Amino acid sequence: MDWEALRVSLVLGSGTVALLLPLGIWFGRLLAVREFRGKLLVEALVTVPLVLPPTVLGFYLLVAFGARSPLGRAFQAIAGQALPFSFQGLLLASAIANIPFVVQPIQRGFEAIPLDVRDAAACCGLTPWQRFVRIEAPLAWPGILSAVILTFAHTLGEFGVVLMVGGNLPGETRTLSVAIYDRMQAFDDRGAGVMAASLLAIAVATLVATTALARRAGRRRG
Amino acid sequence: MADRRLSVTLRQPAPIPLDVDFACTPGDVLAIFGPSGSGKTTILRSIAGLYRPAHALVRSGTETWSDTAGGIFAPPHRRAVGFVFQEYALFPHLTAAGNVITALGHRPRGERRSRAAELLAAVHLVDRQDRRPQELSGGERQRVALARALAREPAVLLLDEPFAAVDRAVRRRLQDEIDALRRTLDVPLVLVTHDFEDVIRLATHLLILDRGRTIARGTLADLMSRPDLPWLRDAVGLGSVFEAVVSRRYRERGLVELRFDGGVVLAPDRALDEGTRVRVRVPARDVILATSEPPGLSLHNAWAGTVSAVHADPDADRVTVQMAVGGLLLLAEVTRDAVARLRIEPGASLHALVKSVSIDVV
Repeated sequence: MDWEALRVSLVLGSGTVALLLPLGIWFGRLLAVREFRGKLLVEALVTVPLVLPPTVLGFYLLVAFGARSPLGRAFQAIAGQALPFSFQGLLLASAIANIPFVVQPIQRGFEAIPLDVRDAAACCGLTPWQRFVRIEAPLAWPGILSAVILTFAHTLGEFGVVLMVGGNLPGETRTLSVAIYDRMQAFDDRGAGVMAASLLAIAVATLVATTALARRAGRRRG
Repeated sequence: MADRRLSVTLRQPAPIPLDVDFACTPGDVLAIFGPSGSGKTTILRSIAGLYRPAHALVRSGTETWSDTAGGIFAPPHRRAVGFVFQEYALFPHLTAAGNVITALGHRPRGERRSRAAELLAAVHLVDRQDRRPQELSGGERQRVALARALAREPAVLLLDEPFAAVDRAVRRRLQDEIDALRRTLDVPLVLVTHDFEDVIRLATHLLILDRGRTIARGTLADLMSRPDLPWLRDAVGLGSVFEAVVSRRYRERGLVELRFDGGVVLAPDRALDEGTRVRVRVPARDVILATSEPPGLSLHNAWAGTVSAVHADPDADRVTVQMAVGGLLLLAEVTRDAVARLRIEPGASLHALVKSVSIDVV
C-alpha cells in the first residue's frame, strides 16, 4: 500500500473541492438565475472538460502551464517554481478538469428553486445575501452536495490529466490511481489489488455518506 | 390614511404590453380582472419591484418605489409589500412559523417567534406552527402565505389569484377572512383574479384589463351598473352588484329579505343571520321590464324605477337598459323589439321584475 499516494489523492480531492466549490456556487447560481447573451456558449464551454479525452485536456493544460505561456511565467515569477509536475499545477489542472462536475449539479440545484420562492424571499425583506444564505442555499443543498461528492470522487479516479500534468513524482503528484497503474506495470498484482480495493472502499463510503445526508435533507424538507 | 395611498402608472409596449394607471387607498380592495395572460401578475410584480417595465411610477404614500423618469428604483426588499403568490411560494425547508419569521426581520430577534405565533393564530393556524408546507392543506398553505405577507407590516397587500388553488368551500372561508382583513387593516389591497366571483365578493374597486390595457376602471358599483361594457358582458354577463343587509329571515317560506338603497329584495334563504352585510348581484338578462306591475305572478321582486340610460350595442340585438331604483342603478338586458314596444327611453317609468332564484347573494 502506497500511503503517500493515498495522502496525495485525498489532499488533491479535498483541495479541488475547496478551490472549486465557492466558484462553482457563484457561477452555477449565475447560470441558473440569469439570462444573458451567449449563455448557451458559456454552458457548452463549461461542459468541455467532460467530453474531452483526459489526455487531450492534460496536453492543453501542460501547454498552458508551460514556461512559454503567460500563466506559466506568471506562476514561476510569483511562486518561484514551475507549474507542470508540481502539486500546485496538479491541483489547478484538477480544478479545471472538474468544472463541469461542480457547476452542473449546482446549476440544476438552483434552477429547481421556483422563481416565486426567490421572489417571495425578496418580498419578505431579505437582502440578496440573506436570500442566498437562508433560502436559496438550503434549497439548492442537494445539488451542492452532489457537486462535492462528484468532484471528490472524480478527482480520486482521475488518471489521464494527472499523468500528463503531474507526472508521477512520489509524495508530490503520484496519486493512488497512478500508483495502481505503476504497481501493475511492475507486476505487483497484490499491491495494485490492495490500492484498488481501498479506492473502491473510499468510493462506496462516500456514496453511503452522500445518500444518508441527502435522505436527511429530504426528511428535513418533509 | 392618506399617507398609504398606492399610486401606480406602468407603460411599456413590449415584451409584456402594459398600459395602466390607477390608485388604491387604504381600506379599498382593487380587483384587477382579466383573462389569463393579460398582464395582471406583471402589474403586481412591478409594484413589488420584481419586474421593471420600461416606464414605471409607483408611489406608496410619500415614498417613491419606482420612477423610471427620475431614475429611482427601490429593490423589492426595501419596499414594504405583502405579496401572496399564486402558488403561495412558501419556503419548503421551513416550518409555518419559520416562513413567517423570515418576514419579521424588521423586528427585534427576541420578539419574532411570539409575533409569528400571533400572526398564525390570527389565521387560525396555532396548532400548525411547526408543520412544513408539505404537511399542510391547500387552504392552510394559503393562510401561512397570508400571515407571512402580513408579518412585514406592509404598506400595501398584493394578492395574486389567492383562491385559484383551493376548493370552493375553503375559498369561501378565505374570502371571508380577507374581507374581514380589509376592514381591520389600514392598507390598500390589490387583488388579481380571473374569477369574477372573487371580484363580486371582495372588490370595492375594479380595473378590467385586456392584453395589458385598461378597459375600464372605477368603483365596483359604478362599473357593474354601466350599460356600455360589452367586454364585461361577453366575459361574465352584465349585472348590477350592490350591498345589502339581511333584514329578515322567513324560514317557513325559505326566503330572506335584504334591504338595500332602493328597497328590499327577496332571495332564497342562505342561512344568513339578520344584520349580516352581503353583496347582491342581479344578472341583467334575468330582469324583466314591465310598464305596470302585473298581478298573479310567482315573482317576489318588483321594483318601480325610472330609466336612466339605454345602450344599444351595434353588434348585438340586445339592448341594455339602466334603471334607477332608489339609489341603485339596475341593469336589464332586453331585445330591441321590447324597447320599441314598451317605448323604453331615458325618463320612462317602469317596473323591474326579478325572480328571487335569479338573485345571487355572495
